[in-house]
Amino acid sequence: MTQPGTQRPVVMEARQITKRFPGVTANDNVSLHLHQGEVLALLGENGAGKSTLMNILYGLYSQDAGEILVNGEPFRAKSPHASIARGIGMVHQHFQLVPVMTVVENVMLGNEMTRLGFLERRNAATQIREIGERYGLPVDPHALVADLDVGAQQRVEIIKALYRNADILILDEPTAVLTPQEADDLVRVMRTLTAQGKSLIFITHKLREVLEVADRIVVLRAGRVVGEADPATASETSLAALMVGRSVILTVDKNPAQPGDPVLTVRDLRVRDDRQLMAVDGISLEVRSGEILGIAGVQGNGQTELVQTLTGLRTSEGGRIAIADQTVTSASPRQISELGVAHIPEDRQRDGIVASYPLTENGILELYYLPPFARGIVRNEAAIVQHAEQLVAAFDVRTPGVHVAASALSGGNQQKFIVAREFSRKLKLLIAAQPTRGIDVGSIEFIHQQIIKKRDEGIAVLLVSAELDEILALSDRIAVMYHGHIVATVRNGDLSREQLGLLMAGGGGDEEQKNRGTEEQRS
Amino acid sequence: MEHLSLPALWARYSPALVPILAVFTALVVGALLIGLTGADWQAAYIGLWEGSFGTPRALADTIIRSTPYIICGLAVALAFKAGLFNIGAEGQLYAGALCAVVVGTTLQLPPVFHIPLGIIAGALGGAAWASIAGILKARTGAHEVINTIMLNYIALRLTDWLIKSRQPLLLGDPTDTSGSRTPHIAETMRLPGFTLGNTNTLHLGILFAVILVFAVAWFFKRTTLGFELRMAGTNPSAARYAGISVPRSIILAMAFSGGLAGIAGAGEVMGVRYEVSTNFISGVGFDAIAVALLARGNPVGILFAGLLWGGLLTGARLMQVRAGLSIDVIKIVQALIIMFIAADQIVRFLYRIPQRKAGEETMVSKGWGGG
Repeated sequence: MTQPGTQRPVVMEARQITKRFPGVTANDNVSLHLHQGEVLALLGENGAGKSTLMNILYGLYSQDAGEILVNGEPFRAKSPHASIARGIGMVHQHFQLVPVMTVVENVMLGNEMTRLGFLERRNAATQIREIGERYGLPVDPHALVADLDVGAQQRVEIIKALYRNADILILDEPTAVLTPQEADDLVRVMRTLTAQGKSLIFITHKLREVLEVADRIVVLRAGRVVGEADPATASETSLAALMVGRSVILTVDKNPAQPGDPVLTVRDLRVRDDRQLMAVDGISLEVRSGEILGIAGVQGNGQTELVQTLTGLRTSEGGRIAIADQTVTSASPRQISELGVAHIPEDRQRDGIVASYPLTENGILELYYLPPFARGIVRNEAAIVQHAEQLVAAFDVRTPGVHVAASALSGGNQQKFIVAREFSRKLKLLIAAQPTRGIDVGSIEFIHQQIIKKRDEGIAVLLVSAELDEILALSDRIAVMYHGHIVATVRNGDLSREQLGLLMAGGGGDEEQKNRGTEEQRS
Repeated sequence: MEHLSLPALWARYSPALVPILAVFTALVVGALLIGLTGADWQAAYIGLWEGSFGTPRALADTIIRSTPYIICGLAVALAFKAGLFNIGAEGQLYAGALCAVVVGTTLQLPPVFHIPLGIIAGALGGAAWASIAGILKARTGAHEVINTIMLNYIALRLTDWLIKSRQPLLLGDPTDTSGSRTPHIAETMRLPGFTLGNTNTLHLGILFAVILVFAVAWFFKRTTLGFELRMAGTNPSAARYAGISVPRSIILAMAFSGGLAGIAGAGEVMGVRYEVSTNFISGVGFDAIAVALLARGNPVGILFAGLLWGGLLTGARLMQVRAGLSIDVIKIVQALIIMFIAADQIVRFLYRIPQRKAGEETMVSKGWGGG
């Protein structure tokens, strides 16, 4: 719909940017340019150098070589302040907002208008409303940020940049936390912004979005620009191949499930979250051996608490959990694990590994006390090392060795290692929470294949993912979770992507929307 | 695997290098201070050396003095590895010393049994005292720093009362008119040792200390329980995920830590004092934090840090004589050492500089480059 931006003036240009960190060249001779009023998608796997490049533009790093031109003039960002002054704004993946402050206060923070030493809140609020109307970013200036949902918080972030007169906006993985509907809204906002002359750099690794929104696509791999693509002619497969450097199978090949006996049975489970609110409110579900049940839902609808309860990390308020005919409603994590339950945790840095420990020790995180890794109270180092080596080999974990700290590995390799470890045990049930979050396409492909393989071996799999694409690719049945309830359980294929998205957002009906509003006010 | 640049080499060895440089820097600043007072810093430092490590007699004194610092340093380091700040080694040491005295004054046994029993009594006393803080932390989340500090006060005052009380007579020595000490422990529980000339007895305690150093190192490196405690300290979330009970780890770690401090107290009773008096060694439990810090929690490092600490204190007397200095100069040097160690950590902490990672280099390049 937008004209290709080639005729428009170049507002920003990066010329042969090189940035080295000890042991790695994050950007190697990277050149790109951004035209006024276009959406330039910067596509690449984690670790491809997208963030480094953007941090250089935004003044958080300085490049070792190369130069940046803003509106034709050389510009070396010394700090985010300087970048903002030159009209460059950034919306970070992790919002930089103070939850206990209002929208106005957040927007003003660091750029306070004062009169006689007092904050000019009213003036700023007016401006925020104006910006909101102009670009389709509705938000109540006096609301507390903590009370806003994720989509609204993101709008505040964008307003913050626009309030500082940004003409060039960098959006770092902006859709990672949004529902499909919210993501559609964001796309509309991006269109409005470019229509009014703003220029956007859109960082992502989601191929579908890129094709939908970008005017031009630049693909980075291993710190270099490996190609430029026109969304009109590119396909997801061609982009993925460019990103990864080889052809990638995006759809997971799988045979129809052969479900056996129920392995996990949950009846009327109720669980409170850390704030003592009912996060899981009467959930019943069943996972049979040899099938994958996918739990779809936007983050924060009780999936985290559900998984924690199933794995013994959180105690329930009521209801019953049975794994392989044993009641485990109040069992400890170890008892559950010993029943043959593997858990791929959603927050791998926090739960899945001890980052400062070597792979050898991370490989026996739950098994350290069992033979052959322990002989009595003494660890068997040889067996521990051998085990880690097996995990690394079986899952092709890229690491200089098994004695390096887990933190030295990329996210994708850490995740592969965790999955390898969980799969190395004798399993009946696999609980996989966000198993491919934030990792590269190649690793996603591999982990997906491994999960299917486990299913075909007769393991029951409970897959929890905020990525609807992942749910659709892997699941045999899909349960949609919304506000602590399962609002629908369907066979994969019975509902379209859009219908599922609507369920994830609370059903779509006006009645539902209202309920959602009141529940949020209560919390 | 990779060739290392000079900064990378420095980074690799910085765990050992930083403490050594901190000691060196503290001694240099100490020399400047001594010079400022008009005294001869060379004479002072020669005195310090001769009085601490320079002669066999001085060395024996240093070893005797260092023993409780080493063992208490291990206590602090053990808790720290499990993610706990045990500020209460002082109180636990007293608890251990008192228990040892009870066993030493009430029982008559052959040394083969009496000596181990004394050590065990000390360990149990210290462990019990520390467990109060451990259980409070595990069950209620009460911070162990506050509770161990408070337990120190309680232990000190309790000791005073137990010794001084005459009505009823508790642990005091009825024959002692000053009312400031317990009876002496039985000969059978005294640690054997040997004397050089008119020095104090160089008792077996240092042997225990060395054994404990390697025991603690082995515990963390090679045992499953050590792995549990370490993991619970490093990443409690992952520990829970791995099926480890974090509260249990907290209680155990505090008990082990207190047990070590208690052994230090028992060793002091059995090897040096044969009694607990109102002027029983004080401050060891606190200085042990400094020793553990200086060694960065490394057990073998603690052996050397403890010897340094004891050496500085032992040598101070001869330094005082030779250079006419106040003995407190040594306290200043010790304080400087800790400041240089701590400042390093504070700086790393404040600026989120990763330990021996790319951090230093980017900092430098930022400073020199256009950053």
